[in-house]
Amino acid sequence: MRSELLERAVPWIASFALLLLWEIGCTLFNVPEFVLPKPTVVAAALVQWAGPIWFHASHTLVTTILGFAISVVAGVLIGIAVGSSRLAYRGFYPMLVGFNSVPKVAIVPVLVIWFGIGTLPAVLTAFLMSFFPIAVNVATGLATVEPEMEDVLRSLGAKPRDIIVKVGLPRALPYFFASLKVAITLAFVGSVISESIASNRGIGTMMVQASSDFRIALVFAGLIVTAVMGIAMYAGFAMLELRTTRWATRRMDFDADD
Amino acid sequence: MGSLLQMRGVRLTYGRRRPTLALEGLDLAIDEGAFVAVVGPSGCGKSSLMKLVTGLRRPTAGSIAVAGKEVNGPLKIVGMAFQNPTLLPWRTTLSNVMLPLEIVEPHRQRLRRERARYRQQANALLALVGLENFGEKYPWQLSGGMQQRASLCRSLIHEPALLMLDEPFGALDAFTREELWDVLQELWMRRRFTTVLVTHDLREAVYLADTVHVMSSRPGRIISTHDVPIERPRRPRMAYEPRFVDIVAGIREEIRGKREERSPTAAAEEPA
Repeated sequence: MRSELLERAVPWIASFALLLLWEIGCTLFNVPEFVLPKPTVVAAALVQWAGPIWFHASHTLVTTILGFAISVVAGVLIGIAVGSSRLAYRGFYPMLVGFNSVPKVAIVPVLVIWFGIGTLPAVLTAFLMSFFPIAVNVATGLATVEPEMEDVLRSLGAKPRDIIVKVGLPRALPYFFASLKVAITLAFVGSVISESIASNRGIGTMMVQASSDFRIALVFAGLIVTAVMGIAMYAGFAMLELRTTRWATRRMDFDADD
Repeated sequence: MGSLLQMRGVRLTYGRRRPTLALEGLDLAIDEGAFVAVVGPSGCGKSSLMKLVTGLRRPTAGSIAVAGKEVNGPLKIVGMAFQNPTLLPWRTTLSNVMLPLEIVEPHRQRLRRERARYRQQANALLALVGLENFGEKYPWQLSGGMQQRASLCRSLIHEPALLMLDEPFGALDAFTREELWDVLQELWMRRRFTTVLVTHDLREAVYLADTVHVMSSRPGRIISTHDVPIERPRRPRMAYEPRFVDIVAGIREEIRGKREERSPTAAAEEPA
């Protein structure tokens, strides 16, 4: 019972300890505020600028979710295509890997040329950052169907589509949900990158402006808000994962004798 | 009764650039309603035989006919079970057993309207193998032997004319295995589906089958056929009677003899 309580409390304790260390360190070594503001100062900035922060953060949140939604749809479709056909796998996989290796910062200027400054490049950057893990995981789930299972179904006259629907996709679900957790955090990175380069709204824009105004506390406030949004989305998808794919985590143990 | 399965001069090679000869000159005929076992050393192409009969692979040469018709695609009248039970972990046992009904015509069409009747059928089959209260459990809540029972049910739910078993009891402990021999025998005696059991366990082959075909090592072909004139139902203690032991020993000698005969030159020349 006590260990369970501890397990629940420990993420909070650890985070609090880090903040405490940060605070003490800054005070002890007399770190100038424009280099590293103390957590208390950042907290004060959070309160003081709550209005603008919310304005920008909510915009980033919407941008990220839009980009993420596109990447879920595109990632699943690409994953199904790549995972269910050997030919598509061989043809597209190298391309996907190559594309994923390109730093997305380098793509933002191109997107700006195509779509102008604003929300659209940010949505697209979020999408480009985050679709890859989804596609790869869905493809992996589909490609690792047991050959015997496939034989059983094929011998019954199942079409490739039957096998994907009955076995491949359910099998890929745990992989899919695991990838969502990674993808949502990447989507945040994407939208914030794009906002800080080419936008007039969003938490990224706010941080760049605050930085050029030497409001370092506000920059840190922005970082923390981004991190908290990331954690919240991650936790949401982790919970969804646990609920939808209970069979893969097998928490319950039943006694079975034969 | 006529032959349900006819294989004549079947050859199968794998790979294009450096083809491996898996089967060569294989002849086999199996009567309708028979229980046949195919035994042989490991790597003799027993599993290739399964794939050919079920239409999952085409032979490189020769002909395969099931129920008088040349096999040129997957056969729906076949049920299959393997050493690995391959149950889907996200489905309950009952729903796993009913999986073939979602695929095979005409059940596929009828399933939605007559779900209750099909469920009843599946439950009856589960009861027959001793799993009456486990339909709603998930496969991972069952022991290995119970999973294999469920897998047997899945291979039989669409009432196949031909049941193909590829070492179905290979991964089980000795007690569970012998229990499942009786389960399978009981099922077969009730329903008389033609059964081909591929195994390397000679005692299993003799206990279950009426005819045991012996395959040579690669390239595989049938080198001899033994009848098992022991009445049914066979009981575990019969496995210790001299007539049973003699048949097993005879087949074992034969396989060992072939191996010794071949081994000095086997690598150098393959018999045509």
